[in-house]
Amino acid sequence: MVRDALGVGLTVGLSGFAFGATAAGAGFGVPQACALSLLVFTGASQFALVGALGAGANPLAAVAGAFFLGVRNAFYGLRLAQLLRLPRGLRPLAAHWVIDETSAVALAQPDRSAARLGFTVTGLSLYVLWNLTTLAGALGASALGDPAVWGLNAAGPAVFLALLAPMVRSGGRERATAALAVVLVLVAVPLLPAGVPVLVAAIAAPLVMFVRRGAEA
Amino acid sequence: MSNSWMAIAATAVGCYAVKLLGLSVPEGLLERPLVKRLAALVPIALLAALTVQQTFSGSGGTLVVDARAAGLAAALVALLLRAPFLVIVGAAVAVSALAQHFTG
Repeated sequence: MVRDALGVGLTVGLSGFAFGATAAGAGFGVPQACALSLLVFTGASQFALVGALGAGANPLAAVAGAFFLGVRNAFYGLRLAQLLRLPRGLRPLAAHWVIDETSAVALAQPDRSAARLGFTVTGLSLYVLWNLTTLAGALGASALGDPAVWGLNAAGPAVFLALLAPMVRSGGRERATAALAVVLVLVAVPLLPAGVPVLVAAIAAPLVMFVRRGAEA
Repeated sequence: MSNSWMAIAATAVGCYAVKLLGLSVPEGLLERPLVKRLAALVPIALLAALTVQQTFSGSGGTLVVDARAAGLAAALVALLLRAPFLVIVGAAVAVSALAQHFTG
């Protein structure tokens, strides 16, 4: 348990640092990078937003991509609501911490009080760590120079891939969706303005559902 | 840069709203099979697309293979070896930095 927590902490620390440096490299100021980590606090959406805007995407397309990526947190929240049974007054506060890591820890606990403790400890420590390392990454970026030299521009894609892997292990529908999304984005990147290709690729989800449904009927 | 602040604010509000929505909606509303299935597949499509796009897109809508691709390959190997999250991201950063050093 402690070892797992330590692993999660180190990962989030490294990712936070990479995020801060990536944001700075994409032309965001230190206050902007910090505002994202303080207020958005869901890593994949943050990487998606700065990546898209840094590539010159239309802000609306960039925000849409980040938002749709954040929608999965609603489904974590749904499961956590049943598990934690939080008092109404605490929900707006707890909501900010509903992310991949806190959900994974809370859902792995044997009972409600352990889940509440796991959620709170993970949420608090990751929030502090993510924001401190974002600040360090954003401040350090000017000293580091080009993030590409340090390989930090590969951190975003690796984070996406690591999040994706457990999701596609579960079955054929998931793998078909990922494969179709890859094809769609490769076709769309040269044709459409930055930010839009990712949204186009999202169509893979309803498309695969529709085709599979037809096949099952 | 005021556009960036607007985008940051919109993302913050949107992402917070969906988190709160999940914690607050009555059970059953989001539990429909169709909604659940779509909700499971959309992040898969987005993550797959973002992985590829942020690895292979160059400036001005071009596709390029550079040091990032080497980093992603390393991440993939780490993933297949069932390495923990930290090692996956660390391998990508380290290998990409090395590739950048030798090619750039």
